[in-house]
Amino acid sequence: MNVINVASPAVRVRGLRKSYGEVSAVDGISLEIAPGEVFALLGPNGAGKTTTVEILEGYRDRDSGEVSVLGTDPQRAGRSWRARIGIVLQLASDAPELTVAEMVTHFAGFYRAPRPPAEVIDLVGLTGKSRARIHSLSGGQLRRLDVALGLVGNPELLFLDEPTTGFDPEARRAFWEVIRALSGSGVTVLLTTHYLDEAAALASRVAVIRDGAIVAEGAPAELGGSRAGEAIVSWQDRDGRRSERTSEPTRVVQRLAASYGGEVPGLAVNRPTLEDIYLELIGGQQ
Amino acid sequence: MTAATSEHESIQAPPDGRGLPGVWSVSLSRGAVELKSFFRERQAVVFIFAMPAVMLVLLGTIFGRQHAGAGVTIGDLYVAGLIGGGVMATSYQNLGMSIAFERERLTLKRLRGTPMPPAAYFGGKIIQVLVAAVAEVVILLAVGVVFYHLHLPTSAGAWWTFAWVFTLGVAACSLLGIAASSVPRSAARNGVAVITLPFLVLQFISGVYVPFTLVPPWLRDIASVFPLEWMCRGMRSVFVPQAVVLEPGHSWQHAQTALVLGAWIVAGLILCLSTFRWQNRRDG
Repeated sequence: MNVINVASPAVRVRGLRKSYGEVSAVDGISLEIAPGEVFALLGPNGAGKTTTVEILEGYRDRDSGEVSVLGTDPQRAGRSWRARIGIVLQLASDAPELTVAEMVTHFAGFYRAPRPPAEVIDLVGLTGKSRARIHSLSGGQLRRLDVALGLVGNPELLFLDEPTTGFDPEARRAFWEVIRALSGSGVTVLLTTHYLDEAAALASRVAVIRDGAIVAEGAPAELGGSRAGEAIVSWQDRDGRRSERTSEPTRVVQRLAASYGGEVPGLAVNRPTLEDIYLELIGGQQ
Repeated sequence: MTAATSEHESIQAPPDGRGLPGVWSVSLSRGAVELKSFFRERQAVVFIFAMPAVMLVLLGTIFGRQHAGAGVTIGDLYVAGLIGGGVMATSYQNLGMSIAFERERLTLKRLRGTPMPPAAYFGGKIIQVLVAAVAEVVILLAVGVVFYHLHLPTSAGAWWTFAWVFTLGVAACSLLGIAASSVPRSAARNGVAVITLPFLVLQFISGVYVPFTLVPPWLRDIASVFPLEWMCRGMRSVFVPQAVVLEPGHSWQHAQTALVLGAWIVAGLILCLSTFRWQNRRDG
């Protein structure tokens, strides 16, 4: 392992702000991503995910705040910095008349020490389509080509913007395997997604973003803090369904059993799923 | 071992881009990819590349034998006019539409996110336009020689005139095409109306589709504000030199031609530098 990696984060953001006219898209975001980590920015459309990521990628200038990506301010970064990052855009569909191999080889020519194009094509599972024109690829294959183009420069940090939107379940699983393999080889990944299961499956850490601010951050299983440890005990009484949120469900059940003198009608004890917590976070209820 | 390593960040950074492939080599590689894309795309080949040759055969067949005066046939004028139009099609129309589509399809954004030197993008476009424009002229000349008994000039002076009119024309129209690519809000929905329509109108009033001798003087005055009219005039001076007596003032006005095309190059460059964007206007 590289000792320096521990000391200097791959991405460091402090108090990031960006507005378009009167509309504030990013309103004071701070985050830190360690080298080799898969970090997911999770949130509904329009929450500020894409604006944040585009600032980190060097596509947009910020209004205020500090940003350091691989030790450099993206706003002032040049070619050498771009050679160290890989960007997989949302819905890119260019060069329809080139073949997969031609396109990947062409992009490899932008870098000093690219990965061999055939190896990258194989990694994303497109070897059988190497000689196919890009316009003949399916949506999922196009997306894997996008990933190949983001990887061919052998980046230290890979940006993945909503990578599996429009995938069928099988293609998604295959795509996740590619990302896991990458992460296993030490590449830092910043993933944006609005699919909770995707973040849970891939990311070691998740930040939920809503209205331009981070409302929760942590390992997917710990999202929502203490609430994740709570359970909901529900039962049926004369007026209908009753429920109680508690961190000590056994005690509640014992109390209910005592008051009913035995069987509690319609008793159920539920833990909130990640989905429940996420919806609560982005819905801003309670 | 793993492939990814991290550089020590406290070390003084080397000059930007050191060790990365240079502008020239990336330009060549962009040019190759641009040419492949252009000639493989049937729509571009048909509507940009083949159109002038088809028009030359068609218009020449219908009107070509008629005389314009001074021993010049309408067919002669069409050869020169369509070379001017063909040069503008392969530069202005080609770049205007292709860059508008590339911006819409995020090609530009994706390239901007790589260490590709931005100048190499334009280097590749220059290569693609030059190859397409030269090929276009060769095809039109071949059609002219085969169908309309065109005699290619033999004097070095005529070919020198061709060289500078071609070069200035390609440069001016390419810059205008790059600038025009930023105008349509959507390449797919209004690219044709915004980029192709003005070019079509210019071709009718600048002596491409209609021999210049038949265009009313006030329309020719309007046309002479734009580069195409001067390019066609320059091409007539090369390929139909005997038509000089039909020209206003019985002169080819080479000095004015160079001046107008030069002025459009400057204006086009300023437009490009102030309007070129790697991404579409922010949607929301």
